[in-house]
Amino acid sequence: MNLTIFLLALFDGIAYAALVFIVALGLTLIFGVMRILNVAHGSLYAIGAYATVALTGFFLSLGLAPALSFPLMLVAAILVGILLGGPIEWLLLRRIYDKPEVLQLLVTFAVFMILEDVQRLVWGTQPYFEARALQALGNVTVFGVTYTVYQLILLPAVALVLLLGLRFFLRRTILGKLITATTEDREAAQSIGIDADKVFLLTFIVGAALGGLGGALASPTTSILPGMGADMIVLSFAVVATAGLGQIEGAALTALMIGLGRSFAVYVWPEVAVLVPYLIMVLVLLVRPEGLFGSPAARKI
Amino acid sequence: MKTLFVTTALCATLPMTALAAEKPETLKIGMTTFLTGPASVFGVPAQEAAKIIVENINAEGGINGVPLEVSFIDEGAGAEALTSEYRRLVESEGVEVMFASISSGNCQTLAPLAEDLQVPNFMWDCGTQKIFEEQDYEYVFRTQANATPEMLAAVIYLLKTKPDFKTIAVVNQDYAWGRDSWNIFSTALKAMKPDVEVVGEFFPKFGAPDFSTEISRLQALRPDVILSTSWGGDLDTFVQQASQRGLTNSSTFVLPLAESSFERLGASLPAGHIVGARGDHYFLHPERREDADFKAFMEEYESRTGQVSVYPVFHTSQAFAALQAAYSKAIEENGVDWPSEEQLLAAMEGLEFQGLGRPVKIREDHQGVEDQMMGTTVQNGDYPFATMENIMIFDGDDITTPVGEESIEWVSGLDASFIDTVAVDSFEN
Repeated sequence: MNLTIFLLALFDGIAYAALVFIVALGLTLIFGVMRILNVAHGSLYAIGAYATVALTGFFLSLGLAPALSFPLMLVAAILVGILLGGPIEWLLLRRIYDKPEVLQLLVTFAVFMILEDVQRLVWGTQPYFEARALQALGNVTVFGVTYTVYQLILLPAVALVLLLGLRFFLRRTILGKLITATTEDREAAQSIGIDADKVFLLTFIVGAALGGLGGALASPTTSILPGMGADMIVLSFAVVATAGLGQIEGAALTALMIGLGRSFAVYVWPEVAVLVPYLIMVLVLLVRPEGLFGSPAARKI
Repeated sequence: MKTLFVTTALCATLPMTALAAEKPETLKIGMTTFLTGPASVFGVPAQEAAKIIVENINAEGGINGVPLEVSFIDEGAGAEALTSEYRRLVESEGVEVMFASISSGNCQTLAPLAEDLQVPNFMWDCGTQKIFEEQDYEYVFRTQANATPEMLAAVIYLLKTKPDFKTIAVVNQDYAWGRDSWNIFSTALKAMKPDVEVVGEFFPKFGAPDFSTEISRLQALRPDVILSTSWGGDLDTFVQQASQRGLTNSSTFVLPLAESSFERLGASLPAGHIVGARGDHYFLHPERREDADFKAFMEEYESRTGQVSVYPVFHTSQAFAALQAAYSKAIEENGVDWPSEEQLLAAMEGLEFQGLGRPVKIREDHQGVEDQMMGTTVQNGDYPFATMENIMIFDGDDITTPVGEESIEWVSGLDASFIDTVAVDSFEN
């Protein structure tokens, strides 16, 4: 492995990790604040991708510039967050916060399965591909290998912006502080007048929108077909569990670790590449069951 | 005395029933296909084709006056559901002939079940060559080729069109088909071109949404040829991503299943790459496209589905053609109104039939012998997607593993002179 190969593997790993992080971000945010593992997050990712393809296809067929795809991705993500995330939290999850975790998991899993079938009903089983946004940005050649600007530069940039933005939001804005307070201790927050219901609703919408944004950003790079949500939820869960549920910065680091691990495996030992994310998860959890950055939580009795 | 006489007379007529079966009201067929999941890109076109074919057959009076009725089982529901549905159709619904399946794994499960249930079973799409090589079956037949002639055709076309290439890499899906097809292809290639260098073997997981790292690696390795037997969304993603990053300019791709992705890939599949169709299946088939029945079917299929026909459609047509031919042959040879099961099975031996492609015949081990088409892509503007030129159709007899031999053993015993022994018809487009 010489320097060139090393740097190439690094670039590929970062590009892959960026996308995985954006999706895992929503999942870990929801868990951190609401203590619910939202299995339906995978479907929100998939529906974000489908919605982007549908919107982009429609507007580009009217003859508008491909650069319009980027704002449309944000629109698709926000639509997913509000139209899907909102009702899921308000109608379903609100009623089961006090119930055992197993029940919560089953409910979100049921929502996941329903949404998978909804995707099939609405968009069918044929693969879709809408890559004009990616092609509009062009390519860049490094060490004789051509990368798309989209994957090498845009996705990591967006991931970084989201990470820093979310940190700033949670620590420096009033709303963020309300969310942090509710996360720390829900009863104490409610006793000083914070409306925990509204906080939870907002958090879920933001988390769902982030999942949809992940799908929207992924859509120009890959075929959109039923089942993509299932794959993504498994991988996101591996990232989130390894980092420690609720740890945002940790998720960034773990996504990077898993992304780099996978891309180095493809360069050095391709057969193992499929296993790498889960090997990392198993090794970390064996040593630190609460995740790399998680802290053992004290249970309130 | 009278009862004894009547009973004796009745018993004397019983042997007559062995000579002919009662003509049923409808001939029930069961077909397994993927209606959900990634392979539904094959399964749904096959289902549409089956519906059209059954309608056409019934419009002409059915088989000897008996109309057909086809019911579908979704392979996407999983092996357990599949076997219980299969059993239910045969035992409770009175299905006479089953068509199964798309997935090689399902074929391997259902072949012994068909023997057990004693129902004629046509393997209409699955590719594994192992079923008839490992065991003999009485009730199971295959109305198409298998992986061995399909991969051999790809190797021969490659060696004929690019004899001087040096390096090859493979990017296949990590499951039975991806592994087995590479096994056959590489064994054949190394036997016929011993100096070839395999510079990379990648098996990304089935359904992988991203091939970026593999593509970077391939750009660094710069192989002359890249093989991929992927299909569906995986192939679409791989070709799209490779095309975006210019890999399709620096290497020649060999894509034996690309015909089924032509329309979806549009302009992303550039000219100059080698493609196959798992048989002589192509909506612009050079020998058949002017035939009235071919044209009529293509138009009907396109107007119903909005898409051009792909190879599963052709495979479905072959299964139904085999069905019709078998019943006609059994009825004629035995001089009956409707054949018994033994007569039908006997008619299947050495049967010749023709679906939408060239004629196919069933040989003594029940394997179908189907000619194989390969071509090179061209973007000439006739369609908003790639079409084929420099088409070669290889004779199935020459490239199918001989009866009683095992594919890998037979293929590894070949050498470069084999290429000239294969009968081939060439067409410009």
